[in-house]
Amino acid sequence: MSTFILGITIFLAVVTASCLYRVAVGKTVFDRIVASGLVGTNGFIILILIGFIFERVNMFIDIAIAYALLNFIVTIVLGRYFDRMREKS
Amino acid sequence: MEILSIVLMVIGAFFLAVSAVGLLRLPDFYSRNHAIGKSETLGAMLILVGLAILNGWDLNTIKIIFVIIFVVIANPTATHAITRAALRSDLELWTRKDKERTKK
Repeated sequence: MSTFILGITIFLAVVTASCLYRVAVGKTVFDRIVASGLVGTNGFIILILIGFIFERVNMFIDIAIAYALLNFIVTIVLGRYFDRMREKS
Repeated sequence: MEILSIVLMVIGAFFLAVSAVGLLRLPDFYSRNHAIGKSETLGAMLILVGLAILNGWDLNTIKIIFVIIFVVIANPTATHAITRAALRSDLELWTRKDKERTKK
């Protein structure tokens, strides 16, 4: 079972690393925000899976909850910010 | 019980891979956002449900269920907010003319 979770974790790490291409290249700023949100969501899933590999879920799940909250707030705040920029100009 | 969680986690990893392919391959911001907003939520939900079934009844399972509920509420909200911001700041849609332009 631990080998299977390790395989899923490596697969998700490769998928997340390929999403970083859109963060670096993406044509508009919204592409970068959405891609970084996807990297954050995949990141806390990988964090919970790492907790299952090390058999210390009770520590890693708290970090994952904080990471999910921060990821949501970052996307909302950046969306509000770039919304206001257009109203000013 | 383990077989059920393995099946759920494989399906969830497939949906996360689909969302990554959609992010890399689609031509427009709105279509990329359309690809991400649904399959990302579904993939995260399936993987976390598989982990909760694997863990059994515990305090950690309750925390994982809290994370599932939070993801289901927050991820479509974030997608909607960022799409509305893009639409208000006059980001152009991808049309058939753009396709012909990139062909030439």
